[in-house]
Amino acid sequence: MLARRNFLKVSLLAGGGLLLSASIPATAKAASLGKAGPDAVALNAYVRIAPDGKVTITAKNPEIGQGVKMMLPMLIAEELDADWASVQIEQADLDARYPGQVAGGSTATPLNWLPLRQVGAAGRQMLIGAAAAEWSVSAAECETAPGEVLHKPSGRRLSYGALASKAAAQPVPNLATIKLKDPKAFRIIGQPIRNLEVPRIVTGQPMFGIDVSVPGMLYAVFQKCDVHGGKLVSSNVAEIRKLPGVKAAFEVKGGNDLRGLLDGVAVVAENWWQANRARQQLDIIWNEGDIGGQSSGDFAATAVRMSKGKPESILRSDGDAKAAFGKAAHVVEAAYSYPFLSHINLEPQNCTAHYANGKLEIWAPTQNPAPGAKLVASTLGIPETAITVHMTRVGGGFGRRLSNDYMVEAAWIAKVAGAPVKLLWTREDDMRHDFYRPAGFHFFKGGVDAKGQLIALSDHFVTFSENGAIAASADMGPAEFPARMVENLEFGVSMIPLRTPTGPLRAPRSNGLGFAFQSFLDELAHASGRDPVQFALDILGAPRLLPDPPGPRQGPGFHTGRMRGVIELAAEKAGWGKKTLPKGTGMGLAYYFSHLGYFAEVVQASVSAGGAITVEKIWVAGDIGSQIINPLNAENQAQGAALDGIGTALGQGLTVENGRIVQGNFDSVLPLRMRQAPPVEVHFRVTEFPPTGLGEPALPPALPALANAIFAATGRRIRSLPLKDHDLSTTA
Amino acid sequence: MQYTITVNGTPRSVDVDGETPLLWVLRDTLDLKGTKFGCGAAQCGACTVHIDGHPARACQTPIATVGKAAITTIEAIGQSKIGQHVQAAWIALDVPQCGYCQAGQIMSATALLERTPAPTDHDINEAMSGNLCRCATYTRIRAAIKQAAETVRT
Repeated sequence: MLARRNFLKVSLLAGGGLLLSASIPATAKAASLGKAGPDAVALNAYVRIAPDGKVTITAKNPEIGQGVKMMLPMLIAEELDADWASVQIEQADLDARYPGQVAGGSTATPLNWLPLRQVGAAGRQMLIGAAAAEWSVSAAECETAPGEVLHKPSGRRLSYGALASKAAAQPVPNLATIKLKDPKAFRIIGQPIRNLEVPRIVTGQPMFGIDVSVPGMLYAVFQKCDVHGGKLVSSNVAEIRKLPGVKAAFEVKGGNDLRGLLDGVAVVAENWWQANRARQQLDIIWNEGDIGGQSSGDFAATAVRMSKGKPESILRSDGDAKAAFGKAAHVVEAAYSYPFLSHINLEPQNCTAHYANGKLEIWAPTQNPAPGAKLVASTLGIPETAITVHMTRVGGGFGRRLSNDYMVEAAWIAKVAGAPVKLLWTREDDMRHDFYRPAGFHFFKGGVDAKGQLIALSDHFVTFSENGAIAASADMGPAEFPARMVENLEFGVSMIPLRTPTGPLRAPRSNGLGFAFQSFLDELAHASGRDPVQFALDILGAPRLLPDPPGPRQGPGFHTGRMRGVIELAAEKAGWGKKTLPKGTGMGLAYYFSHLGYFAEVVQASVSAGGAITVEKIWVAGDIGSQIINPLNAENQAQGAALDGIGTALGQGLTVENGRIVQGNFDSVLPLRMRQAPPVEVHFRVTEFPPTGLGEPALPPALPALANAIFAATGRRIRSLPLKDHDLSTTA
Repeated sequence: MQYTITVNGTPRSVDVDGETPLLWVLRDTLDLKGTKFGCGAAQCGACTVHIDGHPARACQTPIATVGKAAITTIEAIGQSKIGQHVQAAWIALDVPQCGYCQAGQIMSATALLERTPAPTDHDINEAMSGNLCRCATYTRIRAAIKQAAETVRT
């Protein structure tokens, strides 16, 4: 029908600004993008309004359970003034028209809060323009109600559906100057909006990567070396080809990049169970390389040895910590550590790929499709333009799926097999071939003066290196709390060479650093006879913004007042210091700033004489700025993050033995279960700052808050995780 | 080998190895993708189905052992009154995050309410602790079970 389709091209500039250009793509291109059906009018790349008034909004980012598939369209719908009941949401493919198609770092809210509302506002302005033209009135006399444009002076109204075709021909507004709603007028943002996907989830509709089905599809497993990066020497793959159901079995020679395609043997069969059963007959000789010293016991011993010497580098040095310890009334030295962790997404890694006629189609549960497509292109030697990536719903991200190793494996296997292939890992594959949260060791010394003020702190952080550089997510920033608030402070770093690949896990760095620092600060408070809440408020001091030091992690700074606010709120809600708890029961406080969010949590826990820990209650207080976009999801995210932290602290930790991960399933790595999950009360403190993300920042305080509660309950200080490795019994 | 099993009230014939777990027959042979794979070791509960009304882990149920038993999966649990109320409570309370475990959770929750119409927290802990939720939506799962118990009664 109509020829013109206006596309708003929006991309984020490095400085956070916005680039807008309007383009009218050739009809052929628009059709090939598959975005606009014959009855729909594309207002731009994000919004389609059908003549019947149905508004389809594209969700550009991967959905991993953080709720972004609802949240981003809510931003557009609000400013478009769409009738939410008429909105349907469509998942985008990987598509160069959309900036930042990634689920990571709790960034979707801060990065999209302004631009996507501008997109919606532009659509609204174009609809108003079309109505004004239709009525021959000034656009200024028109307003909108959900789903329609009104001209009050004449009492006329036209639905968005009726205006859609004409609106597409309206000039594209300048997004940078477009007027946005007063937040007081929000009708969608700030409402408890239910996830439109839930009816499909609860009826078992196929939607995850593992559910993808392509005609003629075969099923694959891929056996790699359990020592990461081990090289294939030989295998009995010829025998495997003869097993029932096996359609192909072949060796794969990969590269040296642990995040790319590695050596292994692929087994492709008519169904997955046959493929995996045939794989059990594999006999492979590997060259594991040098695995000397690559065991958890070696790492711990090396860390202790390193702690006795000078740090290899100094990350930060303020004042004179050594001299200040000499003047302190209370000096505490303590060693803390935390283990390697796997992400354990409940949906095991998988990907479906189909290579035909030089084109590759991929269906991937990925958090980060663009680097995946690049990796596939370079590994297979095909242009990126020949690759289509469909983003499926993701059965848990947690940072694991920022890597795309499973994607390149599926693509390679499908190309060699000459058929559409679904690659699916076992749980053991998943646990043993992860990019692990790095373990860490902290050797602290703290000094408190006679007035109970923290005057000196030092940390010798023993972490890991990969090929000589700091291992992924194994670093610490120079602004780590309480830096900038303690006069005499020194952070030193030493590194142990590591062959096991590491990477970001939900609240990377913070999920380990938070435990170590917040536990040690609690230890210092108790050692000097201070109440941990008062001790924290004294460290924070007067409300003020402390700018970040220059460097790769430089952000908008740390606001002591916002942290004070959430500590006071958590303490108030928990009844901190106001309750008499039974013997063996205690409350612990921890607070942490990460991913632009300020969180304080109080955990109440008890420990039985037999050493059994019961987490009785958690109070979460958070400050993520001026607007809770969807309170219904916000509460869920904060509850889940806090409980994720509790589960991690209680039962999760991996052991490295001769370069391989020992644990393989949920009998030895113990995620939280229903019987361990306490009630979680969530409170948000609304402040004047721009809204920020919620996928991660509620997690870090939960671990130390639990450890601190156990100290309050028992007098036993927990300096390493997981708790399942500690005997807390008091009966001899 | 040929097996005829009853899935969601319908006899279905499949030609698979007798050791094939019911999970893979459902997912790969019968294209019922709602039942999920999580661990392959009866540790996570993502593959929970009902066999003659009892919750069972499909990943540990060889097809040869199914016989004439009635298999119910998430795709048909809404056909029972309690299943329907459980699904409705899950929607009303916006329980899921990623959603991957929720089919298994709903199957276990429905089986619980079939036998225990007014479950206590302890009953919920006992019936639901075999189902992992990696997103830890336990607060809402518990609340949704209680809400479903309530709405079934009224």
